[in-house]
Amino acid sequence: MKQFRAFVIKEFYHIFRDRRTMLILLGMPITQILIFGFAINMEVTDIAVAVLNPNPDTYTNQIIERVNANDYFHVDYTIHSQNEIDELFKQNKIDLAIVFPNNFNEDLVHSGKADLQLISDTSDPNTGTIIVNYASGIIADYQKEINNISGNPPYQIVATTRMLYNPEMKSSYSFVPGVMGLILMVISTMMTSISIVREKERGTMEVLLASPLRLSQILIAKTIPYLSLSFINLLTILYLASFLLGVPIRGSLFLIIIISTLYIFLSLLLGLLISTIAKKQVEAIIMAGIGLTMPVMLLSGMLFPIDNMPFLLEKLTHIIPARWYIVIMKKLMIEGLDFTFIIKELSILLGMTGLILALSMLNSKKRLE
Amino acid sequence: MKNNIIVEVSELTKKFGNFTAVDNITFKVTEGEIFGFLGANGAGKTTAMQMLIGLSKQTSGEAFVAGYNIRTESEEIKKNIGYMSQKFSLYEDLKVWENIRLFAGIYGMKDKDIAEKTDDLLKRLDFEDERNTLVKSLPLGWKQKLAFSVAIFHNPKIVFLDEPTGGVDPATRRQFWEMIYKAAEDNITVFATTHYMDEAEYCDRVSIMVDGRIDALDTPSNLKAHFEAKDMDEVFRKLARKATRD
Amino acid sequence: MIEVKNLRKNYHSEKSDKYAGIGTKEDKENGISFSVPKGEVFGVIGPDGAGKTTLFRILATLLLADSGEARMSKWDVVEDYKEIRKIIGYMPGKFSLYFDLSVEENLKFFATVFDTTIEENYEFIKDIYQQIEPFKTRRAGALSGGMKQKLALSCALIHQPEILILDEPTTGVDPVSRKEFWDMLKKLKEGGMTILVSTAYMDEATRCDRIALMRDGEFIAIDTPAQVIADYEQTLWSVKGDNLSSMLEDIRAYPQVETSFAFGDEHHITVDPNLKKEELSDYLTEKGYTNISINEITPTVEDCFLALTKEGEKGKEED
Repeated sequence: MKQFRAFVIKEFYHIFRDRRTMLILLGMPITQILIFGFAINMEVTDIAVAVLNPNPDTYTNQIIERVNANDYFHVDYTIHSQNEIDELFKQNKIDLAIVFPNNFNEDLVHSGKADLQLISDTSDPNTGTIIVNYASGIIADYQKEINNISGNPPYQIVATTRMLYNPEMKSSYSFVPGVMGLILMVISTMMTSISIVREKERGTMEVLLASPLRLSQILIAKTIPYLSLSFINLLTILYLASFLLGVPIRGSLFLIIIISTLYIFLSLLLGLLISTIAKKQVEAIIMAGIGLTMPVMLLSGMLFPIDNMPFLLEKLTHIIPARWYIVIMKKLMIEGLDFTFIIKELSILLGMTGLILALSMLNSKKRLE
Repeated sequence: MKNNIIVEVSELTKKFGNFTAVDNITFKVTEGEIFGFLGANGAGKTTAMQMLIGLSKQTSGEAFVAGYNIRTESEEIKKNIGYMSQKFSLYEDLKVWENIRLFAGIYGMKDKDIAEKTDDLLKRLDFEDERNTLVKSLPLGWKQKLAFSVAIFHNPKIVFLDEPTGGVDPATRRQFWEMIYKAAEDNITVFATTHYMDEAEYCDRVSIMVDGRIDALDTPSNLKAHFEAKDMDEVFRKLARKATRD
Repeated sequence: MIEVKNLRKNYHSEKSDKYAGIGTKEDKENGISFSVPKGEVFGVIGPDGAGKTTLFRILATLLLADSGEARMSKWDVVEDYKEIRKIIGYMPGKFSLYFDLSVEENLKFFATVFDTTIEENYEFIKDIYQQIEPFKTRRAGALSGGMKQKLALSCALIHQPEILILDEPTTGVDPVSRKEFWDMLKKLKEGGMTILVSTAYMDEATRCDRIALMRDGEFIAIDTPAQVIADYEQTLWSVKGDNLSSMLEDIRAYPQVETSFAFGDEHHITVDPNLKKEELSDYLTEKGYTNISINEITPTVEDCFLALTKEGEKGKEED
């Protein structure tokens, strides 16, 4: 145990003394979250609007006027049926449709409460959400305005929103689970394999192997520092996502952390596996960097929706652990689903972990070749 | 021609922070000379050599190699010297002739000259059968001989050799030195470091660096007489004992 | 202490794209065999690529041999590798240190690896460690070659091993540090340690109790340095004089001279036993050389190596 502890301490020395790498590792999640967060929250302008207003009256006209007067919006179409809305969206002519019910005026005057519907195209979910939020804001302002004038009873305009094409907002905020899947894998896999292969290159591995240390001790000691680094990163991402970007963490935080730990463990094993194959640090970097990071970015659903992939590519995503991890994180964090909904993905992750564990055990040798 | 000065170093100093790696060295090397540049590990040999071949800038002092100032004309120097180090000299995954063509091309030789000289070289080394062999499959000794031939292929005025014979078997080591003699006869100056003290005897003159300074510079026989030593090994040991630097 | 029988290990070397290893001769029965008694310094001497590292790695339980047996102390290198790893100190070719750790941290780490401490073994490594102790807070990467070598040796010795395996510990190290290093080995040997050491420097052979000359995966001689020299059969002369470099060619041209090699400030030549010194001397004088002196000499280990490898490479590396 003393040997093991000394080994872990030595590993931390290596990390702390390579300041630049350490800063990159700790800074990476922060920059990624910021870049993704702000790239997606960009300003939306030039919003084309269609209006379905079967029974025009003062209120509806004033609402339309307010929308049109806003710098970001311009009402381009006045239409007369629901079908036209779909048509305009498909032709990409509008970004938002405002639908008033037949009896808007009646409802508002008699019951003090009226509904209207905001329909937006959420195939680009963030833009869609932003547009709807802007429009709701304008309507809320208007409501305040008329209530100030008429005093009592207060009128209430309820804007219900409908998301076209992507009603569940499937990939909204998906970059957060994506960034988690990517960063945890990069740190655990790449850094573990590099640190082992570095010892091979230096020749120190030869001395360690020729000592009473067990191979398992060496390998486990190698993973501990990166396990802790990954954990720090995981917490950084969750914190930044939830407090800075307002990404909801709806599901159980406990489950999120347990499953992330499993994923980190899997990534560490993958790093060990790479270290059994690579002879030089460069090889390890190429294998972990290009062989793992790229597929994670391209095939995990992080950047491109898996549903839209061609058949073969879609099949290929099944062997990417990050794909399953990201799905679980989306379900837990964003959709707020519980354990029963992730059993399938979790079993797949567990199976993969077992397989990689077996492979790296088979591959690691207590001798040099 | 033997009196032409090919390397002229005066008060050359290189500091890294407050550590003086090369401490005010002054010496001259004449054309066609075999000059042994000795010193213990860490005495400053490598740093001095790197300055002379234009890979590192001096802190103070001046030096001229092949007539060019190392401070201002390092590009000219690189064209007029050959360099061979123990660590890297040839591309292992290229064939023998490809290596020759590559390095000759780098030094701007014409294709026709390269072809002619390649044939000539391979014949002289008895390497004709190995023309298409990958360098990595050659025995170490052959590699070193080939590397040296490539380093002087473009007829440089001076060739710098950094521990060219480390780990080479005794017979090849000697063949290597015979090649050095031939090069010197062709008026190519040879500037070499080595850890084999018998090789120091093959040099026309030898300098020994201790703690960044040149503490001795003379012909091997004068050095032996001066230090009352039976061989260069003893000269070296007597000098290096004075070293204070770790 | 060390028993090696018929050890063979051939592998395809990616680096040189050909078969390398030990016991590579056609004759599949004969691998490398030798034994080393306790307290002996056994030197394996040969150029790079001779197979020294492969042999040492098998004995350090880092490689499996194709065939043959080896025992370190009473342990078999395959079956009892765990026991062997406790009793050997191994120093591979490169100085296997952590360059980003300090001198002291390196030593402390390796002490813990062997489940011991610097304090417990301080007396044992004192002679060597004291030379680098003033720099114990310095990063190992910032040490000079000789100091790295001393630190690596201290690390290999920290658990007071029974057998010390040193793979080319003096390569790239200057003559002074090399001599100090051999002095340290001598002290360790006097303390009863068995030492297996390889080197490419022939002049270090005489510092060993027994040596094996190695080339192309084979031992071409194995004996005490004195006996290896006594077994030298040729007539060996040294030739001195002015203008040695051009003299070499002329000596070679003389019919009764068999080989001729430069050795520092003289040439070592092997000649027909019937040749008289005066004949050669007259010939050289006639060629215009001055200050000629010719003497019969006792060969060095390097002469022996040259003679022994001459047969193997006739017409191959000779021009």
